[in-house]
Amino acid sequence: MSHIGNYDDARKNFTWEISEKELGYVPGAVINIGEYCTDRICRMGKADKLALIWEGHDGHVKKYTFNDMRQLTNTIAAFLKSNGIGDGERVCLFMDKVPELYFGFLGVLKLGAIAQPLFSAFGADSLLTRLEDAGTSVVITQKKHLAKVRTIVPQLPTLKLIVVVDDDGVKPLREKEVAFHMDEAERVDSFDIFPSLAETPSVLHYTSGTTGKPKGAQHVHYSLISQYITAKYVLDLHDDDIYWCTADPGWVTGTSYGIIGPWANGVTQCVTDTGFKAESWYRFLETMKITVWYSAPTAIRSLMKEGIDVVKKFDLSALRHLCSVGEPLNAEAVLWSQEAFGRMFHDTFWQTETGSMMITNFPGMPIKPGSMGKPFPGITAGVVDLSTFEEITTPGLVGLIAIRPGWPSMFRTYWKNEATYQNKFKNGWYLCGDRASIDEDGYYWFVGRDDDVINTAGHLVGPFEIESALLEHPAVAESAAVGKPDPVNMEVVKVFIALKPGIEANKMLELDIMNFVRKKLSALAMPQDIEFVASLPRTRSGKIMRRVLRAKEWGEDIGDISTLEND
Amino acid sequence: MSALKEAVLTYVKNEYLEADDDREVTYDTPLISSGIVDSFSMVSLKVFLETTYSISIPDAKATPEAFDSVNNIAVLLKEFGINE
Repeated sequence: MSHIGNYDDARKNFTWEISEKELGYVPGAVINIGEYCTDRICRMGKADKLALIWEGHDGHVKKYTFNDMRQLTNTIAAFLKSNGIGDGERVCLFMDKVPELYFGFLGVLKLGAIAQPLFSAFGADSLLTRLEDAGTSVVITQKKHLAKVRTIVPQLPTLKLIVVVDDDGVKPLREKEVAFHMDEAERVDSFDIFPSLAETPSVLHYTSGTTGKPKGAQHVHYSLISQYITAKYVLDLHDDDIYWCTADPGWVTGTSYGIIGPWANGVTQCVTDTGFKAESWYRFLETMKITVWYSAPTAIRSLMKEGIDVVKKFDLSALRHLCSVGEPLNAEAVLWSQEAFGRMFHDTFWQTETGSMMITNFPGMPIKPGSMGKPFPGITAGVVDLSTFEEITTPGLVGLIAIRPGWPSMFRTYWKNEATYQNKFKNGWYLCGDRASIDEDGYYWFVGRDDDVINTAGHLVGPFEIESALLEHPAVAESAAVGKPDPVNMEVVKVFIALKPGIEANKMLELDIMNFVRKKLSALAMPQDIEFVASLPRTRSGKIMRRVLRAKEWGEDIGDISTLEND
Repeated sequence: MSALKEAVLTYVKNEYLEADDDREVTYDTPLISSGIVDSFSMVSLKVFLETTYSISIPDAKATPEAFDSVNNIAVLLKEFGINE
């Protein structure tokens, strides 16, 4: 029996108080996510239960109980405190998927500091933009990423401390750098956990927009109320489940459902720090006897490419529930998963700003392959007109996905950017920036983004960041970055480049530009396709018309081009 | 020592390892599953091979397995008549 039971009944009877009561939270009382995920679970009698089974890329396995996790998160919090770090300071976690990342996140929250996880594949420029904006005090990182951090230290006056979790003493650490070895450190059994309240800032996740620099979506400790109950109802986590979330905690899925949701439910989760390879993933599912799997359409489509025969080589009979997030899950992938695993992936829709699932397919509810599903109980959602923001009630008509504000995990602002935050709300709705329609049965159907942001493999990449980076390349005069359709990643970055006079386009230059962007920003932002052009389409006021270029890539109508200058 | 393997290895070390990353990378080191080269960066590795050896590698052949070590890449290049 699923936790949610009948969807319609759950929707009728649901209030957020259900989650508060299950968690033992009383409004106005202290609520600290770090405490709820560790100490509280131990008090529930699960101290010796496994919290994390971690496998490194070399096959090395580490196991931690909830009591281990309680002590280790205390140890990290105490270490930071002893180094003068206090509540409210931003602590960046810049690591691969190692145990220190997961426990560091909760340790930072126990301290009362704000956790700022960043994807470890980010290049120095991407890192600088986000640390500078946040006024970050601490970066916790690994030896292998230290070089990137060191190059930007002089530009970060607020940075007090760089913690290296795997320093081997071979090369001397520099000023501000300190070694910390979690597994060998003397464990702290008792730590004075910061008495955070519902609205105390907890996590800062950066997300990209069409224009300007990435924005820090700021969350609060009360987000736990949403993350706990959505993990329970949508992922259907039960006490005996073995759960695997493939997302990296550098992104919101990796924290909301790779840390907070499962551990607030006291569930054992597995993590592998290996890159994507179909057989490796199937072997991991088999070996760990994963029962609930939360992954992404890009990964599922990559598995599809390898074929059904590969799946059949493994015993995946433990799997009982599959969910997906990051980008729309196409109907073919849903149907393929039924054939491959004997059950369908359940698509879930939400975003960095919402902090938890908004529109999803629920266990027990009939799935319409390709649909996003229905709103979570407690969430009032709709689609609204693109210009009036009035709710659309006619089935099938496309509008903007909109959510009535007030759910517990809603972001509270964009860090130091309240104006942009306020602009996300129209006519009493929070606008997600995506277009969809609702059918006669209340199922949502994704149509596309409402802006120029590129969704590649479930990660949002801002065209402005790419174009700004390209301007620093010696051969580039100007550029425009757009999303290009891709059968696996949904979209990949394509750039149109006008070269400086006298410079000739060739394959070596193309490769050089790709690597230039990859190193400055990240592999996600690296153009997978480069088209050299004489000039870019502009409005008469000089603004580059990305939508014209994007429409051509997608084979869509380019719409009104009356303002186009150089058509 | 194979000149081809050495050229690919040098490229991988220069392009995909951070300056302070002192991991030993050999012809056998897993590149994809160890995370040295991620699935997105594989595209630039493919372009490097195509540009350097004047070949065109179809997407169907550019799999994580085919790119997972310098040795595997050498086997792939052999299919295109590029020998060590």
